[in-house]
Amino acid sequence: MRTSDWLAARVADAVPDTAHGRRLTLAVPGWPGNAPGQHLDIRLTAPDGYQAERSYSIASSGPGESVEIAVDEIPEGEVSPYLVRVAEPGDALEVKGPLGAYFVWDPADPSPVQLIAGGSGIVPLLAMARARAAMSAGAPFRLLYSVRTAADALYRDEVERLGAAGLDVTWAYTRQAPTGWPGRVGRLDAERIAQATWMPAQHPLTFICGPTSFVEAAADAMVAAGHDAARVKTERFGGS
Amino acid sequence: MAEFTRGFGGRRRESDPRLPPGQYLTADFPVLSAGPTPRIAESEWSFSIRTESGAVTSWSWSEFLALPAEDVHTDIHCVTRWSKLDTTWRGVSIDTLFAGIDTSYEFAMAHSYGGYTTNVPMADLRGGKAWVAYAFDGKPLDPEHGGPARLLVPHLYFWKSAKWVRGLSMQKHDDPGFWEQNGYNLHGDPWTEERYW
Ligand SMILES: Cc1cc2nc3c(=O)[nH]c(=O)nc-3n(C[C@H](O)[C@H](O)[C@H](O)COP(=O)(O)OP(=O)(O)OC[C@H]3O[C@@H](n4cnc5c(N)ncnc54)[C@H](O)[C@@H]3O)c2cc1C
Repeated sequence: MRTSDWLAARVADAVPDTAHGRRLTLAVPGWPGNAPGQHLDIRLTAPDGYQAERSYSIASSGPGESVEIAVDEIPEGEVSPYLVRVAEPGDALEVKGPLGAYFVWDPADPSPVQLIAGGSGIVPLLAMARARAAMSAGAPFRLLYSVRTAADALYRDEVERLGAAGLDVTWAYTRQAPTGWPGRVGRLDAERIAQATWMPAQHPLTFICGPTSFVEAAADAMVAAGHDAARVKTERFGGS
Repeated sequence: MAEFTRGFGGRRRESDPRLPPGQYLTADFPVLSAGPTPRIAESEWSFSIRTESGAVTSWSWSEFLALPAEDVHTDIHCVTRWSKLDTTWRGVSIDTLFAGIDTSYEFAMAHSYGGYTTNVPMADLRGGKAWVAYAFDGKPLDPEHGGPARLLVPHLYFWKSAKWVRGLSMQKHDDPGFWEQNGYNLHGDPWTEERYW
C-alpha cells in the first residue's frame, strides 16, 4: 500500500451538529475507501497560494468516494474555524489518505471493544460503532463518551440511536449534566472509568481518543485498573 | 497548484525558514503515542546496545548520568504537523555511546519500554546528529514526553525520537519498526515530507 498524493475534493454537505461543531461530507474522486478508525489530512489553499494542513479522523468507513468528518472549533485556530463556520457545499479543498494502520478496528476480531471518547474524539470511535452496527453479529461494544454538556456532544442523536439499538453507552458530563442526571459531574476519574468499562478479565480491546490530557488520564486509568497496556490503543488530537 | 479554497484566508502565515513544508508552529508540546504512557522508575531503567555478534553493552541510570553529556538546542517536527523551535535538551551523544562498540551494520532498531520500536540508519544517528536525552528545558524529562530517557533525532520527524527508549539493536537491513509498519515512512525526513508510506 502507498499513500496517495493529494486528491482534489469538494465539500458535498455541511451540517451544524453543535454550536461549535459541524459534520462535513467530502466528495473525493479516487478515494480508495478506508477502515474504521483511520484519518486523513486536509489541505486548504488561500487565493495567494498560502496553504494549511491538518489531520481529521473519518467518521465513515468502507468503499466509496464520499467521506464524512466532524470538526470541533478550536477558538483562535486556523483550520477548524474555517471548516466549522465558512466551508459550504461546492468549496474546493484537498485530502490525503486514508492514514494510519494502527488505530483501526478489525470487524473480524471477536474481542469485546471498549470505546472511550473525549469531545471530538468520538469521530473515529463512531466509525467503529457504525461498522459494528452494520453487522448482524460481531464483537460486543461499549462506549464511554465524555462531553462538557449534552449540547456539546458531536453525534449525540446518532449515539443515542446506536444506544437504543444495542450499543452499551455511558455518558459523562464534565461541566453540566441534563436535569435529573443521577451521576456525578466533572472530569472522569478512575472509579467512573472502571464502572463504565469492561473488566480486565474480559480482555477487551480499548480505543481511547480525544484531546491529549483526556487520553492520558483515561489510558492511565485503564492500565491502573489492570488492563494490558498493549491492548489500549490511543489517538491524541492535540492540545494539552 | 491546487484550486483555492473559497473563504480561506489563512491566519497564521508563518514564514520562518526553519519551518518544514506542511508544518505549523506551536508553543505547546503535544504528544503522539500509540498507547498508555509507560512509567519506568530510574532504578529499573537501563540502556543497552546489541550488536550483530550478540554482544550487549548496558548502562544503568547512574552509569548513564556519569557519561559525558551535551546540551542540544534544536527544532523538532512532528508528523502530525506541529513544529516547535528552539527546544533545549540534555543527553548523551550516540557517538559517545558507540565509541567502544564494534559493529559493521548500517542500521539500528530502537526499542522502547512499552514495546515500541523504530528503525533508524546509523548515518542518521552518528556524527553529532542524535542523542539519548534525559532532560528537556532544564528539567528531567516527563514520562508523557518519553522520560526517563528518549532518543533525540531532531532532523527526522519526531516519531523517530523513540520515547522511553531502552536500547538499540544493530540490524543488517533497514527493517521497519512499529510506526513504520503502521503507516509512517521508513525514513521520515521533514524537509522532503517523508510522512507516510
Ligand atoms: C490523527 C488526528 C485526528 C484528528 N481528528 C480530529 C477530528 O476528527 N475532529 C476535530 O475536530 N479535530 C481533530 N484533530 C485535531 C485537528 O487536526 C486540529 O488540530 C484542530 O482542528 C485544530 O486546528 P486549528 O488549525 O483550528 O488550530 P491551530 O491553529 O492548529 O491551533 C490553535 C491552538 O489550539 C491548540 N489545539 C490544537 N488542537 C487542539 C485540540 N484538539 N484540543 C485543544 N487544543 C488544541 C493548538 O495547540 C494551538 O495552541 C485531529 C488531530 C489528529 C492528530
